[in-house]
Amino acid sequence: MEKWEDNKAWFLVLPAFVIVAFSGIIPLMTVVNYSLQDIFGPGQAVFVGTEWFKEMLSNHRLHDALWRQFIFSGLVLLIEIPLGIIIALAMPKRGWGVSASLVILALPLVIPWNVIGTIWIIFTRPDIGLFGVGINSLDLLEVPFDHTAKPIYAWITLLAMEVWHWTPLVALLAYAGLRAIPEAYYQAAKIDGASPWATFVYIQLPKMRGVLTIAVLLRWMDSFLIYAEPFALTGGGPGNTTTFLSIYLVKLATMQFDLGPAAAFSIIYFLIVLLFSFAFYQALLNVGRGDKA
Amino acid sequence: MGLVLEKVDKVVSGETHLSGINLEFPAGSRNVLLGRTLAGKTSLLRILAGLDKPTRGRILIDGRDVTGVSVRKRSVAMVYQLFINYPSLTVYDNIASPLKTSGIAKSEIDRQVREIAAMLRIDDLLDRLPAELSGGQQQRTAIARAMVKNAELLLMDEPLVNLDYKLREELRVELQEIFAQRKAIVVYTTTEPTEALMLGGNITVLDEGRILQTGATHETYRNPATVKVAEVFSDPPINFLRGRIQGAKARIGEGIQVPLNGAMQSLGDGEYDFGIRSNHFFLARTGENDCQVEAQVELAEINGSETFIHFHHGDARLVAQEDGIYPHRIGSAITLYVNPRCLFVFDLKGNLVAAPALDSIHERSA
Repeated sequence: MEKWEDNKAWFLVLPAFVIVAFSGIIPLMTVVNYSLQDIFGPGQAVFVGTEWFKEMLSNHRLHDALWRQFIFSGLVLLIEIPLGIIIALAMPKRGWGVSASLVILALPLVIPWNVIGTIWIIFTRPDIGLFGVGINSLDLLEVPFDHTAKPIYAWITLLAMEVWHWTPLVALLAYAGLRAIPEAYYQAAKIDGASPWATFVYIQLPKMRGVLTIAVLLRWMDSFLIYAEPFALTGGGPGNTTTFLSIYLVKLATMQFDLGPAAAFSIIYFLIVLLFSFAFYQALLNVGRGDKA
Repeated sequence: MGLVLEKVDKVVSGETHLSGINLEFPAGSRNVLLGRTLAGKTSLLRILAGLDKPTRGRILIDGRDVTGVSVRKRSVAMVYQLFINYPSLTVYDNIASPLKTSGIAKSEIDRQVREIAAMLRIDDLLDRLPAELSGGQQQRTAIARAMVKNAELLLMDEPLVNLDYKLREELRVELQEIFAQRKAIVVYTTTEPTEALMLGGNITVLDEGRILQTGATHETYRNPATVKVAEVFSDPPINFLRGRIQGAKARIGEGIQVPLNGAMQSLGDGEYDFGIRSNHFFLARTGENDCQVEAQVELAEINGSETFIHFHHGDARLVAQEDGIYPHRIGSAITLYVNPRCLFVFDLKGNLVAAPALDSIHERSA
């Protein structure tokens, strides 16, 4: 085969390149540009070098938001991944039950995020919400339940919302992974006299590794970027207790109009997400590969 | 005494998978289950393993009824068509896994694992994970896992199907040596007549959930009881030509004259089906008694170093298997030669009435 003289193929790649440029590269470079300047108004900007980065990295409010964010995302993974696996294991393998459970599981995933916020806010309201009124009528809590009353109440509501919304995704992924295991593996385990726990640890879990890697990555990134739920619930309160990174970022950028620091923050935020996603990916790639002693 | 199946039926949601299975596997015997796909081979293996309960009938081991006994309490090992190993365990741990539950000392486990790994020539791969092995090595690991258990019953469900030709040949030979060293009852399923013949031992020919014939493998190949057995137990499929015996001669197909010989001579006059294995057709005359078959080529299919010539003779569609590669134009006329001593004769009900004598096959291959 001779090589073609005119490489028309480049021409065909061009549309994709233009789209990526407009959706990714140009906005990102604009942010990089802002992060290096102090902007007073349209056309009035001073180059400040890495000053905003230094300021942001030593900003206490950012540190606090970052810790809150880590704790929140960590809790989300700790709850959603095991819960999703348990649901997948409990799901029927054949018959009409399969379609029924798939549809029920998919329901939270097809509801728009702002509707989910509204549903949970109403559900937990202390005056009319089923949960709010219910738990308060039991008279167990020292301070009556109300998301604005105590930070822990806001956190519980947020976690419940997040778990209700996204565990089905983990369950669906895990279920797909489970269904891909050939029946012969289970037979072989039975013949070997393996217990259900051993079957889970040595067959099901390793065989689900691929889909679980994706589930962990998706849930990690997504929960790290959480904005709508705390914004709808308390706007970051009570106090600053549910001010996660994105909430703080939006306050900085659109309420205080500190574009430079906000841009620097965005880049740091972006790098953190990228770094941790990469670390998770690498770790999960190697986990369960057997200890080569 | 071994393993006995008595009138075993298996019906799954109204569909009969096995019907009236009576079988006996003596201790230490090597058994082949031959049948096409969906013949019931795997269903039968699952019942033998104790993974499934038969709908009716009994299973006896050394005279003891084990029909309802769970697989965990039986001494069974199984190798599958898929390469089944624990994905997160190394080859070493995979092989050791059946021993770990048995409470044997660690040093003894180590000795056994290394011995069996050496036998299957995977002793230099013990630290690897299954995903890092080739298909053949994965299946060797699975076989080692089954062997190390030293079970009384070793079941192999088409273990070589997913391997490439070369590896299949290699493992087939090795398996025979390994089986010979073991005292277990081996039950091996296959769809391939060649594989069955290589394994030898006893054969059970299955079709649509029923047993067609049981017996010594080579004996069964020489004397297929019915047309159906002959079809299942030959690859490419055996050829049939309708013919009529009259006096000392038979006329088959489109005027092929066949002098009667051997067992054929005792047959009465009448119509019969004559079976010719595809490897008994030759492109050149091999003896003066050879019958000539005039035919038109439909397709010449080259398979390795052999050529399968599909042709028709009258209305019958036949296949000849020839050593070497022959280009045959589609539609061209050819003449094939068959030694009349190689013919199988079946009555019109499909039962074997005359088979080639042993010496005639020897003469043929000489």
